Amino acid sequence: MSGAVLLKTEQMTKRFGGLIAVDQLELEVGQGAIHSIIGPNGAGKTTVFNCIMEFYPPDDGQIWFAGQRIDGLTPDRVAVAGINRTYQTIRLFRNLTAIENILVGMHIHLKSTWYGAVLNSRGVRDDEAHAHAEARHILDFVGLRGRGDVLARDLAYGEQRRLEVARALATRPRLLMLDEPMAGMNPRECTDMMSFIRRVRDEREVTILLIEHSMRVVMGISDRVTVLDHGVKIAEGKPAAIQADERVIEAYLGTTDKASKQWLTTQA
Amino acid sequence: MAFEIVAASRAEQAKTTPWRHALRTGLVLGGAAVFMAVVGILMMFQNRPIIVDTLTLGYATLGLTLFTAGLLVARRGLFGHRDPTIVGGVVAGALAAGLPALLAVVMSLVDLRGVFVALNAPLLAMLTFHQSPAWLGAAGLLVLGAALGGAGALFLQLPDRIRRPLAAGLIATGLAGMLQELIRPILANSRVTKPLHDLLYTWSGLTLRGAVIIFLVVAVGVLLWHLNRPRIEAALDHLDPQTRRHIRWAWWGAAALLAALFPVFAGNFIGQVLLVVGLFTLMGMGLNLEVGLAGLLDLGFVAFYAVSAYTTALLMADSPYALAQLSFWQAMPIAVFVSVIVGVMFGIPVLKIRGDYLAVATLALGEIVRVIVLSDAAAPLLAGANGILQIPRPEIGSFVLGTPVSLFYLTLAASLVAAYVAWRLGESRLGRAWMAIRDDEDVAEALGINLIQVKLLAYGLGAAFAGLAGSIFAVMLGSIYPHSFQLIISINILALIIVGGLGSLPGVAVGALVLIGLPEMLREFGEFRYLFYGLAIIAVMRLKPEGLWPSAARLRELELDAETVAVQQAQVAEQRS
Repeated sequence: MSGAVLLKTEQMTKRFGGLIAVDQLELEVGQGAIHSIIGPNGAGKTTVFNCIMEFYPPDDGQIWFAGQRIDGLTPDRVAVAGINRTYQTIRLFRNLTAIENILVGMHIHLKSTWYGAVLNSRGVRDDEAHAHAEARHILDFVGLRGRGDVLARDLAYGEQRRLEVARALATRPRLLMLDEPMAGMNPRECTDMMSFIRRVRDEREVTILLIEHSMRVVMGISDRVTVLDHGVKIAEGKPAAIQADERVIEAYLGTTDKASKQWLTTQA
Repeated sequence: MAFEIVAASRAEQAKTTPWRHALRTGLVLGGAAVFMAVVGILMMFQNRPIIVDTLTLGYATLGLTLFTAGLLVARRGLFGHRDPTIVGGVVAGALAAGLPALLAVVMSLVDLRGVFVALNAPLLAMLTFHQSPAWLGAAGLLVLGAALGGAGALFLQLPDRIRRPLAAGLIATGLAGMLQELIRPILANSRVTKPLHDLLYTWSGLTLRGAVIIFLVVAVGVLLWHLNRPRIEAALDHLDPQTRRHIRWAWWGAAALLAALFPVFAGNFIGQVLLVVGLFTLMGMGLNLEVGLAGLLDLGFVAFYAVSAYTTALLMADSPYALAQLSFWQAMPIAVFVSVIVGVMFGIPVLKIRGDYLAVATLALGEIVRVIVLSDAAAPLLAGANGILQIPRPEIGSFVLGTPVSLFYLTLAASLVAAYVAWRLGESRLGRAWMAIRDDEDVAEALGINLIQVKLLAYGLGAAFAGLAGSIFAVMLGSIYPHSFQLIISINILALIIVGGLGSLPGVAVGALVLIGLPEMLREFGEFRYLFYGLAIIAVMRLKPEGLWPSAARLRELELDAETVAVQQAQVAEQRS
């Protein structure tokens, strides 16, 4: 893993009325890392994603991605810059088929124009053929071979989660942000998802920024962990160090007695 | 909770005894008959013969209502066996006749015309079959109801090979009588078909002889088809696939050719109706891009139609307001281009507005065009309420497209081109982007779709279709006025694409035929046609919520919803047990 920083936020702040959802966050995500953000409910984790994706522009601070400043862009420009994400609650295009969902993800890499499509020009036909081939390839990669023509809404829950990853991967991102990808999965499925995330990082050379609740997953998969509480970063480091950090234990459990420490380690 | 209530009501329905169902069916249909009598539909229908001197539309409607009572009772199959089912049908039919019979008796005793103007002497005469003591006629109606109700119940018990020819014969005879004003001119105009016309019709309508002939021919034809069907199908199966495909193509080709040639034979009235249907189909395809694909609810669509019609008029008319004297073929592309520009400008202020708010905002924008044209400020340029007159007809060489039928073919050609364009757009990268923003705008944007670009393309390209229609509209009327571009047009277009099936191209044409063509055909029934129009919309939305010709995806969506409901009901049932 190279030491280069891919994503960097400086003093990033987001307020909703009187509530400070993210408070002067300094975050550095290294190229090729699997970097997790954890914290209790309402800690502002998803807001961090929304700020990076520019769903809500941050009120203060700067966001740098691969040497380019991205705060103030629109989400579609952020996607072009090379960041994409999945959602805590699945947000597929429910009335489109799986393959169409992926094709929408490839939108920025396709060149066909609407008048080309009307004239059915050779360029458009080639473009579409390549797009379909690549979409099938991505579908295979996420393990949905043969499910391409099923409507997204008819897929099983786990399949929908993977399709969401596939759609994000179709934009060919350098940074993929996964918002609780294991929510609602049983331990077996979680294990599968963990190895899948590693495969995404290794085979497609995508840096991963992950929000996850399950300590077992976070500790098992992450290169680096950032802990948020009430929008403030309270700890950062390697998983083992985070597990022993008293502030983290207190944020999660409200006490630092021995039993709580025990609980946190058994979770891992 | 809500599901439990639904499930409970379903359970109660299932417990309904056969007799209660028969009673309720009879009362509902009797109520419908009384309603038709009170609002005057029945009497209006009474003046319209189906078979000259034998059967009027009024009696046919009344009879059909009573017959339906029996049909509905038999269809639920609650009685189990044949004989009690027929008794149930008799009871339901008698009840359905009982209410109008009661109305007749009351009418003979009390003058109700002060309350309902339609409850007059001719209606009483109709309901009592011109019998002098009203109660005698009313009793006759009751007996007729029982007989027809029983016949309706019996009808469903008949074996297929008898029931189908009977139904086909009756329907064909009914149509031949109902549509005589349409059919007669077609038959009478040609020397070849004139003898056929004289055999079946007189100048006032279908004769009894004609009705019997049509019934027999159709019924025997269907019967023969039914008897020989296995043999014909077996013969077809023996053919090699190539030949079979050819036969199928020949069928479709012949059907399309017949449909395309139909207006030539049907004459100018039908041509005019189909022309208007064609214009609405064109606009429907445009709005379908906005609403069906991109999910942008637009109630101001008439604006693009108006802009194009006025542009065409200003570029072509022989009037002091005209800017130029171009031919239709020069003016039409310019008009389409101008409506595209207006479409894009229309889209800019509403880019950030979503859902219901978008509907209201576009509603206002649509009205603006009409208000501007009507305003004093624009009057020196656009002639205000006086309109722009004397717009010449389009010409091909020296041939003037002057008749509705020839203009219909112009519209048909435009619609075919437009349908191709709409189909290609729907399958394209842009079409996928539209469907993505329809399903989830934020996510679509986060995947790199430029919302401004694709939304403005939806408005601009949708406007192009309306522009094409507006241009033809201007030369069709030869003069245009601001009041031709009311809000109701936008609403009609939206209604027809929903009734046809949102997002479906053939659905647009079917929706236009039903919602635009049907009211035109019902013009003779005056204001009542809007009642039928409303009933048709409610019936379609109740019975076929996915539309008359739904797009494949929408169909799957609704099926799934039904499935979900079934699963939820099963869960509720499980919890109870």
